[in-house]
Amino acid sequence: MKDTPLLQMKRISKSFPGVQALSEVSFELHEGEVVGLVGENGAGKSTLMKILSGVYAPDRGEILIDGQAVRFSSPKDAERAGVAVIYQELSLVPSVSVMENVLMGREPRTRWKTVDWREMARVSSELLTLLDMPIDVRRPVEEFGVAVQQMIEIAKALSLNARILVMDEPTSSLSEHETKQLFDIVRKLKGKGVGVVYISHKMEEIYEIADRITVLRDGQHVGTATAEELPSEKMIQWMVGRKIDQFFPSRTPEIGEELLKVSGLTLPQPGMSGVNLVNNVSFSVHSGEILGLAGLRGAGNSPLLGAIFGRYGRRPRGDIHIRGEKVEITSPPQAIAHGMAYLTNDRKASGLVLPMSVLHNMTLVSLRDMTRFGWLDPLVEQRSASAYRDSLSIRTPSLRTEVSTLSGGNQQKVILAKWLMSEPSILFLDEPTRGIDVGAKTEIYSLMNRWASEGKAILLITSELPELLAMSDRILVMHRGEITAEFSHEEATQEKVMAAAM
Amino acid sequence: MIGAIFPGMSGENKLGAFFTWDYHRDMLRDYSIHGILACGMTIVILTAGIDLSVGSLLGMTGMFFAHLMINLQLSPAVGIPFSLVAGTAAGLLNGVVITSFRIQPFVATLAMMVSARGLAKFIGGGRKIQAGTQQLPAIFEQISSQVLNNNLAIVTIIFLASMGVFWLILNRTRFGRHLYAIGGNDEAARLSGVRVNLVRTAAYGIAGLMSAVAGVCYAARTYYGDPEAGQGYELTSIAMVVIGGTSLIGGRGGIFLTLLGTLIIGYIEKILSINGVEIAYRFMVEGAIIVAAVIIQQTGRRTRL
Ligand SMILES: Nc1ncnc2c1ncn2[C@@H]1O[C@H](COP(=O)(O)OP(=O)(O)OP(=O)(O)O)[C@@H](O)[C@H]1O
Ligand SMILES: [Mg+2]
Repeated sequence: MKDTPLLQMKRISKSFPGVQALSEVSFELHEGEVVGLVGENGAGKSTLMKILSGVYAPDRGEILIDGQAVRFSSPKDAERAGVAVIYQELSLVPSVSVMENVLMGREPRTRWKTVDWREMARVSSELLTLLDMPIDVRRPVEEFGVAVQQMIEIAKALSLNARILVMDEPTSSLSEHETKQLFDIVRKLKGKGVGVVYISHKMEEIYEIADRITVLRDGQHVGTATAEELPSEKMIQWMVGRKIDQFFPSRTPEIGEELLKVSGLTLPQPGMSGVNLVNNVSFSVHSGEILGLAGLRGAGNSPLLGAIFGRYGRRPRGDIHIRGEKVEITSPPQAIAHGMAYLTNDRKASGLVLPMSVLHNMTLVSLRDMTRFGWLDPLVEQRSASAYRDSLSIRTPSLRTEVSTLSGGNQQKVILAKWLMSEPSILFLDEPTRGIDVGAKTEIYSLMNRWASEGKAILLITSELPELLAMSDRILVMHRGEITAEFSHEEATQEKVMAAAM
Repeated sequence: MIGAIFPGMSGENKLGAFFTWDYHRDMLRDYSIHGILACGMTIVILTAGIDLSVGSLLGMTGMFFAHLMINLQLSPAVGIPFSLVAGTAAGLLNGVVITSFRIQPFVATLAMMVSARGLAKFIGGGRKIQAGTQQLPAIFEQISSQVLNNNLAIVTIIFLASMGVFWLILNRTRFGRHLYAIGGNDEAARLSGVRVNLVRTAAYGIAGLMSAVAGVCYAARTYYGDPEAGQGYELTSIAMVVIGGTSLIGGRGGIFLTLLGTLIIGYIEKILSINGVEIAYRFMVEGAIIVAAVIIQQTGRRTRL
């Protein structure tokens, strides 16, 4: 390790209308080091990194690279100085091919100065193969799911050969295997002297990869310590300013009547006859029950929820009964009318209306309840939204703030609020804690428990196995579109669930 | 100074007229018809769509109205509703084509623009419909008159009332909120229970209705049905919406912005024309302003990223 750090950020301050996002935060990164950057939702992690990468200009403070003061006025500037960032919110162009996204602005040229498509395909697929993601790089990005898109984003950052690599929650939509792959690459880069900033809300990951940990709270630097010196209880205390004694709050389930029954549900894969995304699935959920749906990606648990909710615009084969009554659901409005709510696993693509305010996002499903004589009543709207903002402790300068400016975790809570406001009896939660900080996670767990004890039925999908095991009263494991096992809360273990999912 | 830039301008400065109400009244009267079109255009653009057919629909419904009123000598109580229904139906057809066949709004409404113009010519056999031997129905005079001692044109009242109604629709109804949601993220809107196709179709239907309102006003103001009426109006009304600041990619904007855009374009054209700037230069200036407005919009977005 050299004496001058690779990167120093000194006393950085930044405010946005209504929020002091950072005040006097200092940060250091050495060559060949991974620093874990942690903190609650809205603590200022992404903002700090966006200042480093030239997206925002700091109000005060300075940035030094190799001891030299630098000033970036655009992300291109920062890129040239060797800073690459994998942003929390995907920044790919959906309709453009994978390879063009990976090498955007740096397309290889032939002798004739035209774009060298063959070289472009070679370079980009090499990078993706390195990430164990051998996809057709000529296809447009929009054809792939979030996880693949995340990997494309990572490949893009790697292609810059940066000296400073920032990863802002890169694994929030990755599987365990992909995460391992990513960590192998991070270790390799480390060996080459690259400095890595790693932001995550997953504590295990931080301890696995980080050499030092920096904690932010409310835009302030709380402390920095080596990973060995900072046990997780202490780190969490630094993050949330209090102790969390019980990460998964306990609950005695009171299982009531059957709310939703699905029999023989089959969803063919569009455009491929004979292949089913969901194949002959039958199960039921009861009032007061949290039913976990386990499965590796592609197992069909996400499409299963979508199919029941009418997301695919056609009726899947099989029957759906709600409270014992047979129902036909071919579109989301029908599902909502039957008391269902559906939090999808991609908040930017299908959860939020980004240009709208926090308020308008929250009330979107329940507008009917906010009208008087057919006219929307802004006061009623405001009142119910504030109530939910308080009960979910959503951090936003005001309800009129555009939702796109909220931190990732707070955006997630806005979607939760939207669905809760519709007072559903059956909740589909696909990765409800994605990108949510530890404190808020336990809050959401308590809320889930509360909703269950109020008699709602919850279907939960989560890629975090401990969360699934702790929260579910019953777990169904899916593999290739079929249910392969069922465990009660007591029976289920990590090993058994994994074995059934493979 | 402007004279140096625009050689086509007369030497004498006529800006003094700017300080009389007549001048503003005339500007408002002359651009009210564009403004009425811009109301409908606003909600279509909010859904991330575009409607190129409004100018042709103005011509078509104007001809339709003139035919019913002058050739057939029907009562306005029949002529006006029928014209409005015709415009709305054409707009709904736009919407249905766009939503059921997933055709780009640009393409679908371009097709409507061409066919509606054809229909406008067909109605009058390629000629204007004017009162010759028959008497000009009184409704023409009534719509083109001015009230309050000649201080406010009826068409201006129609325009401002439309603005008010559209404000209410956009800010106080579920439908209005759904328009914004669709423009901002149609998949999120759909999963939140918004009937996306229905709302989108309705938006084009309303744009058609406003074209018909404009068509009736236009025919009344000119005292005849003109198959060429409204040519280029679609572009002017798009310009008004965009200059106001409503985003062409949808989800952001509002009706007051369109009022602002209408006034900006109205005044610019009026000032240029009162000073005798040739039409060619006026078009160029307008084009430059549209480009500037879009650039300002985009840089605004980038800093907010
Ligand atoms: N462009 C912006 N305009 C206004 N406020 C903003 C903007 N970007 C961030 N903020 C605010 O600054 C604060 C810090 O946000 P930031 O995104 O840095 O949080 P974070 O630590 O990355 O949180 P998360 O873990 O949820 O991603 C938040 O209160 C957020 O609402
Ligand atoms: Mg963040």
